[in-house]
Amino acid sequence: MSETTARQAIEAVWRIESARLVAGLTRVVGDLSQAEDLAQDALVVALEKWPESGVPENPGAWLMATAKHRALDLFRRSKMLDRKHQDLVRRLEAEQVSLEPELHAALDDPIGDDLLRLIFMACHPVLSVEARVALTLRLLGGLTSEEIARAFLVPVSTVQQRVVRAKRTLKESKVPFELPPPSELGERLEAVLGVVYLIFNEGYSATAGEDWVRPTLCEDALRLGRILAALEPEEPEVHGLLALMEIQASRLRARRGPGGEPILLMDQDRGRWDQLLIHRGLAALAKAESLHRPLGPYCLQAAIAACHARAKAPEETDWEAIVALYDALAQIAPSPVVELNRAVAIGMAFGPEAALVLVDELAAEPALKGYHWLPSVRGDLLAKLGRQEEARAEFERAAFLTQSLREREMLLERVRSVSI
Amino acid sequence: MRVMVIVKASAESEKGVMPSQQELSDMGKYNEELVKAGVMVGGDGLAASHQGKRVRFDGKKRAVIDGPFAETKELIAGYWLWQVKSMDEAVEWLKRAPFDGGTEVEIRRVFEADDFGEEFTPELREQEQRVWAQAAENAKKG
Repeated sequence: MSETTARQAIEAVWRIESARLVAGLTRVVGDLSQAEDLAQDALVVALEKWPESGVPENPGAWLMATAKHRALDLFRRSKMLDRKHQDLVRRLEAEQVSLEPELHAALDDPIGDDLLRLIFMACHPVLSVEARVALTLRLLGGLTSEEIARAFLVPVSTVQQRVVRAKRTLKESKVPFELPPPSELGERLEAVLGVVYLIFNEGYSATAGEDWVRPTLCEDALRLGRILAALEPEEPEVHGLLALMEIQASRLRARRGPGGEPILLMDQDRGRWDQLLIHRGLAALAKAESLHRPLGPYCLQAAIAACHARAKAPEETDWEAIVALYDALAQIAPSPVVELNRAVAIGMAFGPEAALVLVDELAAEPALKGYHWLPSVRGDLLAKLGRQEEARAEFERAAFLTQSLREREMLLERVRSVSI
Repeated sequence: MRVMVIVKASAESEKGVMPSQQELSDMGKYNEELVKAGVMVGGDGLAASHQGKRVRFDGKKRAVIDGPFAETKELIAGYWLWQVKSMDEAVEWLKRAPFDGGTEVEIRRVFEADDFGEEFTPELREQEQRVWAQAAENAKKG
């Protein structure tokens, strides 16, 4: 096996195994930072040995066994063998004896509880949102600090610092490696879903710069969402978020033109929508609805996305259903952005006049100050009402406000189109 | 990237012999692992080729051929669609599949729009868009 082939194989194994490895080790040694170090040590050993020996038959179990050996060595050599570590050595030794014959089976985490614990830990509310994102992508997504830095357009050292600081915070705050108690589950799950959706959105609509879409981040978020749906199948919002992401991702191919310019939903070539992802999204939504619990914000947003996905042509869109879903969303998760979207839907369902009244009310909303979609939507409604001059001014304002180069080009194009 | 993992037919699959309890449970476990890792996006097993049809194109002629088809090893008995980071990752996953007995399973990368490169020029894309716009127009009239 050549050096490069082995390296690539090891990288692939690492991507598959690292999350479970770190999760299992965290459970054993009780400390995330130490667990990650041990896992990395095992990886180094693999990089030394596998190019010669080939990848072992059960690479995950091999890495776990190696990491545990390292842990034992480390603790035995440690001069300060305190009681806690003594217990640990005993436990590890007992495990080695009892596990060796059935290593694979015993290392299995069939319910995936360790992985779930790790997800909840990485998205713990004591951490800053940036830290949660970095830790989640690194521990659960198997991304390197370099990859995370590239995706978020920040220096590698920033990502590394975030990760180190996050691990320190978890330790200092004595965050246990446990599933949240039922009383906290809702809130903690919301934090996890928030992190995954943030990663998705970062990929779906880059906030600044030229790239309108960074699809790899979308894929990473989707994968996390799929993992969560398998680990927490009884939580409707988990399926709701997955449905929302699958359906939005189905349009990735269609939302950029030949020159990379953004194409809005109503103008997209629906033949280029990814039917497999739509199918998966609708199935995830159906699963969420089948749990017969009140629909949360992700489920409602997914249901809205599903209305678009089901429409074979823009004219077939069921705007009245979308208005009703936005009504429900505005009730449980009121926000000016939801109101703005609701206004757009009302414009499509009942005409631009009704919508313009709502948008004008929203113009006074401080939270929407500087939000480029507000003038963009207003411009669209004005153009439909034949008030071209005003429409043009709104599109100009929107173009001035957006931070995305691509969106600016699109908005300036609209400025030109109404002037004619 | 998305890959298709193609499982070829065997004499047994062509005869319609169903997998044993053990094989089914092993495959079930493996599928579950793929789902839990967020890798699996789709897949199915296919019925034996005697339930299949072929259509042969020759100029304007269309000839329909009934199954079964002879070249067993060239036939497809099932497929998965996986979302993976790299071909290496797909290989690592496939190595864990509970196959045996000289089976060969193929992994193929699924094309993405950007792969068409020169072939899928802006003009072609535009044409695609025009075709679609026409279809939407027709739908409106209809």
